[in-house]
Amino acid sequence: MRRGLWAVSLAAGLAVGLSSLPTAAEESVDIRLLAGTCAGCHGAELQGSGAIPTLRGHSAEYIRFMLTAFKSGERQATVMNRLAAGYADSEIDALADYLSSLQ
Amino acid sequence: MSKREISRLSRRRFTQLAAAAAAAPLLAPAVARGQAAAHVVVVGGGFGGATAAKYLKKKAPDLRVTLVEPNESFITCPYSNLVLAGWRDLPSITHSYAALRDRWGVEQVRDEAVGIDADARTVTLAGGDSLSYDRLIVSPGIDLRPPEEGGIAGYDEAAHEAMPHAWKPGAQTLLLRRQLEAMEDGGTFVLAAPPNPFRCPPGPYERASMIAAYFKAAKPNSKILILDAKERFSKQGLFQQGWAQHYGEMIEWVSLSADGKVVEVDPASKTLITEFGMEHTADVANVVPPQYAKAIARNSGLADESGWCPVDGRTFESALMPGVHVVGDASIASPMPKSGFAANSQGKTAADAVVALLAEREPGNPAWVNTCYSHVAPDYAISVAGVYKAVDGKIVSIEGSGGVSPTDADDQVRQLESVYADAWYDSITSDMFS
Repeated sequence: MRRGLWAVSLAAGLAVGLSSLPTAAEESVDIRLLAGTCAGCHGAELQGSGAIPTLRGHSAEYIRFMLTAFKSGERQATVMNRLAAGYADSEIDALADYLSSLQ
Repeated sequence: MSKREISRLSRRRFTQLAAAAAAAPLLAPAVARGQAAAHVVVVGGGFGGATAAKYLKKKAPDLRVTLVEPNESFITCPYSNLVLAGWRDLPSITHSYAALRDRWGVEQVRDEAVGIDADARTVTLAGGDSLSYDRLIVSPGIDLRPPEEGGIAGYDEAAHEAMPHAWKPGAQTLLLRRQLEAMEDGGTFVLAAPPNPFRCPPGPYERASMIAAYFKAAKPNSKILILDAKERFSKQGLFQQGWAQHYGEMIEWVSLSADGKVVEVDPASKTLITEFGMEHTADVANVVPPQYAKAIARNSGLADESGWCPVDGRTFESALMPGVHVVGDASIASPMPKSGFAANSQGKTAADAVVALLAEREPGNPAWVNTCYSHVAPDYAISVAGVYKAVDGKIVSIEGSGGVSPTDADDQVRQLESVYADAWYDSITSDMFS
């Protein structure tokens, strides 16, 4: 599992490196705005709600690992597989940094 | 001069104004001129407007924010179908504006907006007052098209009593519920489903599901007939799979090409007449007619010929009136659906764009998410999800993202989605109202 996590993080890191040149069609998304959409399910302060887990108090590594695993389908969820599939690796990275920085 | 001509005239006038404004140097907003705090007016306190008002204050506490909303509380369309099933009551889907006022400092004006002057930057109210704004966010929702404006012949306001639409929740929801309760076992419930685009694409089919759940428990010999003005519908395969599993032959769906389009109704006999002349008589009829943006949007020149409001995909600023942003069901935001989740998402990005523009900063580049759950049976729900971005002012769906729940999922997954649906409802309403 640890090796899997490392490999996933490395892959995500490489992808960020490779996609760091912005193209005209793909301006980088304001990550606060993307994270703001999470509140629709995860609660106004992203504190979780009932069966929907909190997005607070996690390390960046954990969030990156989970979103990457949702995106690849390695980890089966309900809507999160379909949503994470729409996040660029660079956005997963930025979401992980942003969410882990919340108090 | 007819109302229609007035609105066409004002549309032209506003287009001219928009062109003039584009050519003139930008006027510095109040904040930049070092005057009193800028004033943002938000029209409509639904998913788009309540969210926008709260997030304006959250991002910029010094901003003056006025919410124009005649009601003291908001009843959500989401989960109103569960009231029809008898699973929920109306108070449980009713949310007060008190926290927006008391916690966030949003000023609420209990009145209805009836006009917008983009040149003078004022909103006129039904009570006769007017409000001036630095920027305006309009989230008015929808109106049902009357017979003379592309609606269904015979389905005028008086007909809403005999054949409720229940597409604006509240008294109409309770009326339809009472009619269902009064119906005898073995009766026929007929639902006329509207053409695209309309508020809540999976809504009619979740409604049929919820009424089937009620019938199965209380009136098992009853029938449900859906007469549809469309060839296909949202989450169709999943709904039909769930219907077969839970309700057998109870629900029959008639597509457009199978003569499903209702063109006329007779409220006295509860008869629905289709395009090719088939007459269906109902014991309880629910007519969801064609829709367009609410009157304030159409009458003030925010809507185009389609009846909906074109916007810049990045800021949701109107393509027809500068300084005015339109969010929620009234806006043309396709491929995003007309859903409460989408409106909530749009309300946040419009708030962010307005704060940035007032401070003369470049608005952030947004992304939106949509998740819509539908209950099909007890402990059995399905979902559709999507991720969207703005590319060159146009909203696009991210390739490879989104889609519906898998068709081959087992009952545990359906149960999980019903649990998530309830948690979603609590989250999004607390995001708006607490």
